[in-house]
Amino acid sequence: MFLLKLLARNAFRHRLRTLLTILGITVAILAFGLLQTVVSAWYAGVNASSATRLITRNAVSLVFSLPIAYQERIRRIEGVSSVSYANWFGGVYITEKNFFPSFAIEPQSYLALYPEFVLEPEQKRAFISDRKGCVVGQKLASRFGWKIGDIIPLKGTIFPGNWEFVVRGIYTGAEKSTDESQFFFHWAYLNETLKKTIPRRADQTGIYLIGLKNPQSAAEVSLAVDSAFKNSLAETLTETEKAFQLSFVSMTEAIVVAIRIVSFVVIIIIMVVVANTMAMTARERIGEYAIFKAMGFRWYHVAGMIFGESLFISVTGGIVGILLTFPVARKFGDVMDQFFPIFQVESSTLYMDLSFCLIVGLVAGMFPAWRTVNIRIADGLRRVG
Amino acid sequence: MRDSNEKESIVSINAVSKSYQRGNQPVPVLEEITFDIARGEFLALMGPSGSGKSTLLNLIAGIDSADSGSIIIDGVDIASLGEAELADWRAAHVGFIFQFYNLIPVLTAYENVELPLLLTSLSRRERHEHVETALAVVALSDRKEHYPSQLSGGQQQRVAIARAIVTDPTILVADEPTGDLDRVSAGDILALMSRLNEDFGKTIIMVTHDPRAAEKAHVIRHLEKGVLSDVSA
Repeated sequence: MFLLKLLARNAFRHRLRTLLTILGITVAILAFGLLQTVVSAWYAGVNASSATRLITRNAVSLVFSLPIAYQERIRRIEGVSSVSYANWFGGVYITEKNFFPSFAIEPQSYLALYPEFVLEPEQKRAFISDRKGCVVGQKLASRFGWKIGDIIPLKGTIFPGNWEFVVRGIYTGAEKSTDESQFFFHWAYLNETLKKTIPRRADQTGIYLIGLKNPQSAAEVSLAVDSAFKNSLAETLTETEKAFQLSFVSMTEAIVVAIRIVSFVVIIIIMVVVANTMAMTARERIGEYAIFKAMGFRWYHVAGMIFGESLFISVTGGIVGILLTFPVARKFGDVMDQFFPIFQVESSTLYMDLSFCLIVGLVAGMFPAWRTVNIRIADGLRRVG
Repeated sequence: MRDSNEKESIVSINAVSKSYQRGNQPVPVLEEITFDIARGEFLALMGPSGSGKSTLLNLIAGIDSADSGSIIIDGVDIASLGEAELADWRAAHVGFIFQFYNLIPVLTAYENVELPLLLTSLSRRERHEHVETALAVVALSDRKEHYPSQLSGGQQQRVAIARAIVTDPTILVADEPTGDLDRVSAGDILALMSRLNEDFGKTIIMVTHDPRAAEKAHVIRHLEKGVLSDVSA
């Protein structure tokens, strides 16, 4: 207790220096937390993907579509519980700046495959029965102030023309990781229009979504699906939803690696700053520590005082940084909503924050403690006065 | 040459030598020092700067080690003790008084005096009693909640003395205890040290430049270039 009191008083002996060091750690932990959350947001789609779903796309590239006739053949494959399909629409709302993911889907089978999109039964019925209807995520609706019954005009980029949809439902996510910024409408509406405008692009879909009876059978079912369309005009590539999502993330992996490196560099920089503070502190008090040793205090008492003070400073800064991470991440997430629909501080980030606080405290105290412990008492006493 | 003494010896220094390394050159500081200190003696070590008196004091206090020879204090050859044992021995047997008081600035007078007791097995209540007694001896009971910066030099040195005596050590070592004090405060400190020696029977070994301080001692030993040159009683 006495030593703890001594430790706390020592820590604030040079108030400005200690406060600036704590501020430095706070900023570093906050930056680390935010950068790690950006990385997590990058992988949000991967993390939210289900083990019971497969995705089938054209084996050549995602930009090539698949015939809609494949649906029935896929459904008949052993281990498949349900099949749905979707097309990336890529519509623009008013201006290009208003980007959000929009998909043409087969409503009944799609919503059945994605129970994480929670929709009021009434809204679901209204959406299914209206070909020009659409459902939008809660976040997206809030972003543009949409409500049920609103008419939403989208300008097609992949499918040219001006498209109009009526908001029939606003879904919420069943889990925190569910993306609430998506826009879904009827594939049939898209297909009917294409039949009139670009007939060669009709009766095609971008991907098939396959529900599995048993998640363990993912490999066998994937193989069976791809074998079924071997040597056809549109060969398929089937993979788990997670692998499908990862293929998107891997395209930008260099950016993710860069962000990760920067986040660790921030920690290393603050470690050096705290180590410098502790080295200065220990150097100034070398005479005092010599007195402690002269009075009979052991090396571990002295080392404990230095490490204790270093940990006190780093953990205090770290806790403030962690507490600030939440409101700052919320604000950041709101501003960057368009790019990171899921922007949440994960518990693993907090554990890393705490671990780094402790590591910074321990590493920063190491050299001054070693130096103080090893200095001869007589030499230390000469530094007094 | 060993001096005979009628009283029982508490410190026995035998052929102690010490040198420091300056580059590759050993610089002798103490050469073959031999003498005894009797229990209850007040000894003053005098000599010019660099004569080796502080080094000798450090060796007696167990905070430095001799190159050769032995120092036996109350029957214990302190050269034979390991680092941890030596730390325990210092905690139990040596009280330190320094020129610049060396109080911990973030602790009150009471807490500074309590510090050495943290290494003992005394309960909080017992520690309290010891600290109160030590502060009463140095007449600073009314200043116990003051921080060193709120005390005068003389008062700080009295707190340092209270800290030195609170564990009831075998010997008190004082390195220029009046070196940083004005004449009046120095007189008070010397009077207090004399009292500790006379009333409480404390063995005191004091390094000083000040002949007035040395006058308070029973025995004055002079060091010249690391060699004992003179003894006066």
